[in-house]
Amino acid sequence: MAAKVFIGAGAGFAGDRSDAAGPVVEALAGCDGPRFLMYETLAERTLALCQLERRQNPERGYSPALDRLLPPILARCLAVGIKIVGNFGAANPPAAARRIAAMARDLGLRPPRTAVIEGDDLAGRLSDDELAACETGGRILAQGRPVISANLYLGAQPIAEAFNRGADIVVTGRVADSALALGPLLHVFGWRADDWDRLAAGTLVGHLLECGAQVTGGYFADPGFKDVPDLAEVGYPIAEIDADGATVITKPAGTGGLVNRLTVIEQLLYEIHDPSAYLAPDVVLDLTDVEVAEIGKDRVRITGARGKPAPETLKATVCVEGGFLGEAEISYAGPNAAARAQLAADIVRKRLATRAPGLALRIDAIGAVSVFGASGAALDLRNAPSSDIRLRFAAQSDDGAQVERLLDEVEALYCAGPAGGAGVRRRITPRLASASCLIERRYVAPRVTMMGDV
Amino acid sequence: MARLPLHAIANARSGDKGDRLNIALVCRDPAHYAAVAAQVTAERVAQAFAHRKPARVVRYDLPKLAAFNFVLDDVLEGGVNASLGLDGHGKSLSFLLLDIEIDIAVETPRGAQQQSISGRV
Repeated sequence: MAAKVFIGAGAGFAGDRSDAAGPVVEALAGCDGPRFLMYETLAERTLALCQLERRQNPERGYSPALDRLLPPILARCLAVGIKIVGNFGAANPPAAARRIAAMARDLGLRPPRTAVIEGDDLAGRLSDDELAACETGGRILAQGRPVISANLYLGAQPIAEAFNRGADIVVTGRVADSALALGPLLHVFGWRADDWDRLAAGTLVGHLLECGAQVTGGYFADPGFKDVPDLAEVGYPIAEIDADGATVITKPAGTGGLVNRLTVIEQLLYEIHDPSAYLAPDVVLDLTDVEVAEIGKDRVRITGARGKPAPETLKATVCVEGGFLGEAEISYAGPNAAARAQLAADIVRKRLATRAPGLALRIDAIGAVSVFGASGAALDLRNAPSSDIRLRFAAQSDDGAQVERLLDEVEALYCAGPAGGAGVRRRITPRLASASCLIERRYVAPRVTMMGDV
Repeated sequence: MARLPLHAIANARSGDKGDRLNIALVCRDPAHYAAVAAQVTAERVAQAFAHRKPARVVRYDLPKLAAFNFVLDDVLEGGVNASLGLDGHGKSLSFLLLDIEIDIAVETPRGAQQQSISGRV
């Protein structure tokens, strides 16, 4: 059995940098042991949009990030035996695998052995009403909007199986983000499905890697308080994991960023609720006794993850149509800007009260108050600290015409509003609402398919 | 003793799941853990976020990491898919927490801490 496994993160979300993985791949190429590169590219909304795209074209519906992220590193990974796992399959993992095959052909590479994980898609297995009955923490599905996508979070076992069957690349749809690291570890170390502490350690590795640079100095820097060297060229993380699950987080030599106790702890707790019970499909992770130690420059050792038996149910995310979001902006600057902005805001609110009654309106004053405030609060710019204010108006409705009405009112401020109104921008975005459901395991039937075997 | 914003001595990071926000608060110097534990209670954080009407605020303590995890329910106006605000994720809200002031025994202020103390006191 290998002494150590090396897992690098190639991307932490679909919009991540396509040149981030290069240095990670070069560092992995110099490591002695099984090496993997993982990609997390599947936000809730992305999967629903991919599902809509697949309905239009059966060969689409995989993550659009695939075409941007894989080509820069595919040749090198295949040449040196770095295996790749990513959830860029989105709503159509087989199509993503075919796209990868075409990509390899175009690059003049040997055909990669690609495995596809399916079974996360609940379409046809649970009716919309059955899904609504499983919703937790909200009542979105009970409103009866048509379901666009319903996907379970699969665990790490099918990923391990795919690698056991010789895959170079494993393409998944919805899996727990942490499974992208736990899967390769199960494959190499053969940890038992009830070896809770090791499964917890592997889940923690995935949790630390899944957001890419967020553990190596990204989403961290605060000049003068938390300085990060060369953040512009931040290096993405690499985890070195031993057979007991003890892990070192590091990053490629020569890259920017940093790995220290503080970058690791911030990411350790990122999107965590109860630290003693982080629910994953394969295990419940307890972070209470985790210890974090700096053991060298940009090297942090993490130990002490504990596991408890896997939850009875699996989480699913269900997306439904969510109406339209309208946003429009206009700027006021210079002497008395705050008063002119206040007048503009009051005009729009007053006109919409009678012309689009019931439309909930949010007004921000960028430059004074724009993110900390609450929607519905009255805008009061009397003490605005800025003489350069950009008003932002936002409203949402199932009725697109009502939202257009707001945008028209803001644009009309050009000629009919206060002096010096400038730079109107407006846009309408179709929205998706998402709900969480807890699904019994009997509905879960992951499938692993080696492309080319069928 | 000096009255300082948490920002002078601690780090914070926001994360979201639906309409639930978590903010990890990490003491840069573990020696400050006890002072933060005594003063930055769930109630205190609920006050700082009162205008966003949290349904519940829970603090989880992680003494081995000199860190706390605050979980605030229903402060994201429905979350990233429903909020009318620019920051539906609540990513900026870690810095709302870091504006909370606490009393800290100041012995040997260093670097950025020095800067912040002279700026605020």
